Amino acid sequence: MTENLKIIEIEVLRYNPESDQEPHLEVYKVPFSDDMSVLQGAQYIKDNLDGSLTFRWSCRMAICGSCGMMINGIPKLSCSTFLRDYHPNRIRIEAMAHFPIEKDLVVDLSGFIEKLESIQPYIIPKEPRSLEQGEYLQSPKQFNDYIQFTSCINCTLCYAACPQFGLNSDFIGPAAVALLHRYNMDSRDGAAAERMELVASEEGVFNCSAVGYCSVVCPKQVDPANAVNINKTNAAKDYFLRFLSPKGGSK
Amino acid sequence: MEIIKTDVAIIGAGGAGLRAAIAVAESDPNLKVALISKVYPMRSHTVAAEGGAAGVKKPTDSLEYHFHDTVGGGDWLCEQDVVEYFVAQAPVELTQLEHWGCPWSRTEDGHVNVRAFGGMKIERTWFAADKSGFHILHTLFQTSIKYPSIKRFDEHFCVDLVEEDGRCQGVVVIDTSTGEFALIEAKSVIIATGGAGRVFRESTLGGIVTGDGLALAYRHGVALRDMEFVQYHPTCMPVTGLLFTEACRGEGGYLVNKEGYRYLQDYGLGPLQEKPKNKYMELGPRDRLSQAFFFEQQNGRTIEHPTLGSVVHLDLRHLGEAYLLERLPLIYEMAETFMGLDPAKDPIPVRPGVHYTMGGIKVDGKCASSLKGLYAIGECASVGLHGANRLGSNSLTELLVFGKVAGVDAAKNAESATAGNSANLLKQAQAVEQRVTALKTKTGGTEKIAVIRKEMAQTMEDGCGIYRVEKSMQATCDKLAELRERFKNINIDDKSSVWNTDWLTAIELDYQLDVALSMAHSAINRKESRGAHQRLDGFEERDDVNFLKHSEAYYVAGNAPRIALGDVKITTSQPAERVYGAAGDKADQERKESHD
Repeated sequence: MTENLKIIEIEVLRYNPESDQEPHLEVYKVPFSDDMSVLQGAQYIKDNLDGSLTFRWSCRMAICGSCGMMINGIPKLSCSTFLRDYHPNRIRIEAMAHFPIEKDLVVDLSGFIEKLESIQPYIIPKEPRSLEQGEYLQSPKQFNDYIQFTSCINCTLCYAACPQFGLNSDFIGPAAVALLHRYNMDSRDGAAAERMELVASEEGVFNCSAVGYCSVVCPKQVDPANAVNINKTNAAKDYFLRFLSPKGGSK
Repeated sequence: MEIIKTDVAIIGAGGAGLRAAIAVAESDPNLKVALISKVYPMRSHTVAAEGGAAGVKKPTDSLEYHFHDTVGGGDWLCEQDVVEYFVAQAPVELTQLEHWGCPWSRTEDGHVNVRAFGGMKIERTWFAADKSGFHILHTLFQTSIKYPSIKRFDEHFCVDLVEEDGRCQGVVVIDTSTGEFALIEAKSVIIATGGAGRVFRESTLGGIVTGDGLALAYRHGVALRDMEFVQYHPTCMPVTGLLFTEACRGEGGYLVNKEGYRYLQDYGLGPLQEKPKNKYMELGPRDRLSQAFFFEQQNGRTIEHPTLGSVVHLDLRHLGEAYLLERLPLIYEMAETFMGLDPAKDPIPVRPGVHYTMGGIKVDGKCASSLKGLYAIGECASVGLHGANRLGSNSLTELLVFGKVAGVDAAKNAESATAGNSANLLKQAQAVEQRVTALKTKTGGTEKIAVIRKEMAQTMEDGCGIYRVEKSMQATCDKLAELRERFKNINIDDKSSVWNTDWLTAIELDYQLDVALSMAHSAINRKESRGAHQRLDGFEERDDVNFLKHSEAYYVAGNAPRIALGDVKITTSQPAERVYGAAGDKADQERKESHD
């Protein structure tokens, strides 16, 4: 079946912590058809050329967030990026920037997970409601206030894009701020004031230098840069209002 | 080896595992929960569910309607007491999820909205655009962070259960990032690892859906029930199998053949409807729609595409761009990204693909298996909800309803059960470590993982597809036995410890082969046609005299499974002819009159 297929060279940044001093590039020749994604290219290598090539993947449809990598230097989901768009040139795939490499294309995400956990990413009800009372009502406006920020798939491409996260890995970063904002903007939630401390902290939004590349690479149009910007304003407002009211100014 | 002591261990952190973990934490905050998953929770395949979750919502609907749709949809192979409990709890659990922040789509007046789905008499599918599973999973994951008693073991791969005196007492795991083994001792163990559809070739499923939990329980003597019932979803992307949700049809999409003809009217689903009408045409159940495709293909009425193969068209154009972007944004994006077409302007080529494992680990209505202390929930379990064919949108609700049941009961069990003998359990775990490590360290193997996996998937499609005959099912049984043998000669390129996915993939393939065998042997044993199991070799009819029975596959080491038959629990719905469209309305009317 492979005889009619075109061939693309895939250059992969390899790193095995048990045997390599540092990461190095290896090149593989991969036969491909026009419908094949970069992920399928990597799978071809693993299945046919070198079973030790290591990468995360699962859904193949850009919703599980597993398969992010640098593709010719740009953070992308490999399942929804296609080999045809790079042929006849060589394509280079590398682990996501700004994260420690565990092995090959797999990076250590534990820091990101801790950030996600730190923002209280759950409803802290403004008004408790029993199940017998049924659902909370949300007007179309209330719904639209937060729905965009629910779309984050935690792929962390925005961290690989963020120069400030590259400089200071303590910065809670675009996706975590977007999620924080999602809960703050939800009419069911009443804990924006509690979350403000983190927003304005040393790890918070003022790390951002407003480059906006996070929103450019986001595969789900979450626009985390917008969430960060709004929270800069909120935090500044809160700071000044603290002089007027001991409880601060957030809602 | 590291030893961790916990009260409740949960394998799998998708919708079911997360819901169970929260239930344990809420019922007794003093109990320790170990939530183990081979991926980060939000990567679990619940994330890919699109259409929504069923629960009675409208004043015109009733629990009884939902019950009858489910039991009839399952071709009377459901445990009816389980279905009764399920339909009653469904709205409660879906409301609970709303309170936890799930962004269900709303009506203009602010209430949760519901949409039409196949085989459902009234609109009752709660939805979050067409990313319902994604939102359910992220809501549960984020909510679970609130509970300090839940300790997650992300990217930990489960390789076995340990037991003592007929009780499950824990699990053995590999930490993917180091390759090191750990024993997690637990008084209750809940398996929530999802289905096994990746044993087939063309499927909607993620790479992680390899039936791990099914094989774990099966090898410990627990029956796998109704494994022959594998759901083909009628509208999948050709080649990749990616899913175009049933909600495409719930919102009004058409299925047409190469003549532009809405062919479902020829398969007992008519007469033709202009607007979506519940249980008519495109809103028939999945098994019937996939079967109709098969005959369209046989009769030369599918579209023959040069690279995609035989397809029909899912036509959404009449719904308009704005409506599609509001209700089906993910479908829109997928059609554009993966197929390079605009669903507001072009019909989408689709064909059936494997989507769901109806059968699973046999458990009772409280999710308890025959091995004391072991529970199973979600797609890996057979609690008896789906029978021979699952209705779309029942399975997301199942995760919640039975996730909670299992969590509460596993907590109760952990409160009263005693811990196992640590020395004895450690000895078992060390034997497991030795066996699993040998798979990696052995040299001289010549078989490739990818080759065996491919041959397995091909033979499953050939023998256990939409329509089945004895000869090809037997060929599949034989082929699987051959692959089981060849697996012993497997080669693993990667000998390292850190993140060795070559090794983990081989362990998964080992699980898959056992699960595939249980499916093929259950299938060949069922000499009738029911729901998703359809035969063309003299057993075209449903046979309630001999086969109103569950299949139960029991593991036999080194041999084919032993298949037994088990009783089906009937409460109020006696088996009747399974009809849709106008014939369905007539049957409903007659049933109503006979009750009046």
